[in-house]
Amino acid sequence: MTFLHWAILFPFLFAFMVPFLYKTFRKIHTGWFVLPLPICLFIFFLQFLPGVKYKEGIVQTVKWIPSLGIDFAVYVDGLSLLFALLITGIGSLVVLYSIYYLSKEKEQLNAFYVYLLMFMGAMLGVVLTDNTIVLYTFWEITSFSSFLLIGYWHYRERSRYGALKSMLITVFGGLSMLGGFILLYIMTGTFSIRETIAQSSSIADNGLFIPALILLLLGAFTKSAQFPFYIWLPDAMEAPTPVSAYLHSATMVKAGIYLVARFTPVFAGSAEWFWIVSLFGIFTLFWGSFHAVKQTDLKAMLAFSTVSQLGMIMSLLGVGSAALLFDHFEFYSVAILAAIFHLINHATFKGSLFMVAGIVDHETGTRDIRKLGGLMSLMPITFTIGLIGAFSMAGLPPFNGFLSKEMFFTGMIRVLNMDVFQTETWGFLLPVLAWIGSIFTFIYSMIFVFKTFAGKLQLENLPKKPHEAPIGMLIPPIVLASLVVIFGFFPNLLAYSLIEPAMKSVMPSLLKDGEHFHIHISHWHGFTAEFWMTVGVVILGIFLYLTASKWKRVYDLQPKRMTLNQLYDHSLKTAGKTSNRLTSFYMTGFIRDYLVYIFAFMIMAVGATMIIKQSISFAADDAAPVGIYELILSIVMIAGSITAVLARSRLTAIIALSSVGYSLALFFVLFRAPDLALTQLVIETVSTALFLLAFYFLPELQKKDKTRRFRLVNFIISAGVGGIVTLLAISASSERTGKTIAEYFLETSYSLGGGYNVVNVILVDFRGFDTLFEITVLAIAALAVYSMIRLRTGGKDVEENGFKNE
Amino acid sequence: MKKTGLKTNDLILQTITKIVLFIVIIFSFHLFFAGHNAPGGGFIGGLITSGAIVLLLIAFDVKTVKAILPINYVKVAAFGLLIAILSGIGSFLFGVPFLSHTHGHVHIPVLGDTHLATAVIFDLGVYFVVVGVTMTIIQTIGETE
Repeated sequence: MTFLHWAILFPFLFAFMVPFLYKTFRKIHTGWFVLPLPICLFIFFLQFLPGVKYKEGIVQTVKWIPSLGIDFAVYVDGLSLLFALLITGIGSLVVLYSIYYLSKEKEQLNAFYVYLLMFMGAMLGVVLTDNTIVLYTFWEITSFSSFLLIGYWHYRERSRYGALKSMLITVFGGLSMLGGFILLYIMTGTFSIRETIAQSSSIADNGLFIPALILLLLGAFTKSAQFPFYIWLPDAMEAPTPVSAYLHSATMVKAGIYLVARFTPVFAGSAEWFWIVSLFGIFTLFWGSFHAVKQTDLKAMLAFSTVSQLGMIMSLLGVGSAALLFDHFEFYSVAILAAIFHLINHATFKGSLFMVAGIVDHETGTRDIRKLGGLMSLMPITFTIGLIGAFSMAGLPPFNGFLSKEMFFTGMIRVLNMDVFQTETWGFLLPVLAWIGSIFTFIYSMIFVFKTFAGKLQLENLPKKPHEAPIGMLIPPIVLASLVVIFGFFPNLLAYSLIEPAMKSVMPSLLKDGEHFHIHISHWHGFTAEFWMTVGVVILGIFLYLTASKWKRVYDLQPKRMTLNQLYDHSLKTAGKTSNRLTSFYMTGFIRDYLVYIFAFMIMAVGATMIIKQSISFAADDAAPVGIYELILSIVMIAGSITAVLARSRLTAIIALSSVGYSLALFFVLFRAPDLALTQLVIETVSTALFLLAFYFLPELQKKDKTRRFRLVNFIISAGVGGIVTLLAISASSERTGKTIAEYFLETSYSLGGGYNVVNVILVDFRGFDTLFEITVLAIAALAVYSMIRLRTGGKDVEENGFKNE
Repeated sequence: MKKTGLKTNDLILQTITKIVLFIVIIFSFHLFFAGHNAPGGGFIGGLITSGAIVLLLIAFDVKTVKAILPINYVKVAAFGLLIAILSGIGSFLFGVPFLSHTHGHVHIPVLGDTHLATAVIFDLGVYFVVVGVTMTIIQTIGETE
């Protein structure tokens, strides 16, 4: 374990301490304790900046499950470092912001920070690991913590709805991604991403290549809210604003981008990858920006804007993947450059805009732009931040959004020059949709800032009297907005420190050792096509913004019944109904029926296997002689069994059954298995006690009103089970091939396990994993019994008699 | 245990229980510690401890036993599971895979040279889970009216 591993695990460990800190120091906002952690991690990751300039990243491996090739391998290169810095940097600002946003008196801060830290650790794990299975594990933890954070205000119906929706969609994607990883493993024989990349040329012709590609992209698209999976993101806005700024704009939704970027070396060069990633991305850009214009809620607008911006980065990655096919790759790799540059820019301006939306919500009590307006004079600092963020988002100079937007146009226009993948057919769509999407982006950016801060103040519509936010709440967006300006004026600060190393991770095969991508970001390129596109965006955007009310009908063209949300709600409802119908068909509520299923299945499965494998045999050659004790015990057991079946009262049946159990224990004594005998005796005692308890609640035995058919089924089942088990036992002892494993355990129990009691050494050491799962199952069963019996009387009783009392 | 309408005379059972209970519990501890080299172990030890408590339940009633042993058995089971998992995670600290165990001789002041195995910690978890689970089930069913 190196410090790098600990850096990923620290947030998790710290999460354990949060509830104690919260309870002990109620007077101090818990956020203050959490704040140092992301800051320290940010500084820690900054140290890696010089290191990633070289082509090879830093790898540290800890064996986790070596037998399956699953290692906790941490890999730091340009791409993962970029993300790690985003996660910890934005994380620090968000924690600071949340201290002022969430009141320490009203909110459950312990839960909030536990979820947030869990997310931070998981997200670091996703971007820093080299092992796909580890990546998948952390990936699901991010989905899970996102679920908890969206549902943070769990008493709100919309929060629960949004949380469930995001969970269902992202976990569906996560599972698909796991499938993709497994297919990759089948092709390459390794879970390591770097080794997979090394073998990428040999797997391109494999039949599993395309399925793996599609499954992997499903994971990326659901997480990064691409069309048609984006519908969870707007509903995720029910989360507290710091969470929206952090998870649902700056980091978690970019995990999909990360995945695509990370696997570009594996899949790039195939036409499917190029087309799917670019077209889905560009369409999402258009679709998201078009819908953002229609929103009246500030956060919903930002959510759709995030959807569209993610689509933009995605399309850039798709287009850039074609660069691998060309010798003059610098010409086409500008798309990848733009993707990475915009990723950073988006985190800065969107983060600050979310925080601005949070401040407006916090200080006025509403986020509805129909009620807002004229806040410019009351909240001058917030207005300035919002203005910078929105202009950057709209792609106006001199902010950083302008630079990456121009570069985005460049990348899209250059598609027209490509003569691969039949770009002449549909390739023109990319620049066209990019341009249209940018116009809408311009419009909603203007709506965001001017409908909120300019116009007439409507004090009577605002739930609270607005005033400027406290300084602590303003610092994080100020930091981000200053970055927007700094990166806007001096973009080349980032060029070789962050962007170039990240590009190298996305396209490692293009460069030889010691080579660099040439990056120079400039504001002015002359009167190029990009320039005229920007001018067109601004002119058309201003025109459409000013005449917005006239276009309302166009925006409402899509009928409400035809939306994807309707589809989601409807299919969820139908799925629930259908499975309910299916389940109630065989889940009758009678344990007798379930036993019939189980035993019938057992008879068929075991019987069929034995017949097919021809393993039924009777050989009594090396059977031990039957002594008088065994004979007596057998007679007792048979008598007990028959009594249990024929008994007229339950009490008799129970006693008869336990006599069988105790006789079995004596058998164990006879065959010198003290451990088993002891266990059997105690189990028998405890379960008889349990029987007597349960028996108290059972109705009288009713033998009369049973039909013939019922008896016949019972007879067949019991005869079948008896016969099969007998056959199995006899065949097992007469068909012994090879040495038994018993020898091995007897020899090694002391040397390896340190104990002479072989049974116990097997239980706790050799097969410790089995035991661990067994006791887990036991505990779950106990919890089930506990909750079923306690809950039977209804919810109120539980409050009184259940956990709270004890 | 649910009280029946009949007033039964439990005097003998109760008197014996008071003495036997401790013998049984001590025996269960013995079995637990002996487990690695002689018959016994966490599973059997836990079962016998639960057996002792069940005896107490039979001799007295649920309320009395709850007053004597105010234990939340659900928590006992959870605690055991936690020990078992932590004992597995502990192996990470020594750079070996999950649930690796080791053993060796340790000199303890009073007991002298003693042979100890880390598997015992895991076994302790098993012990607690078994006690917790058995007693949770029996007590919950026994308590319902």
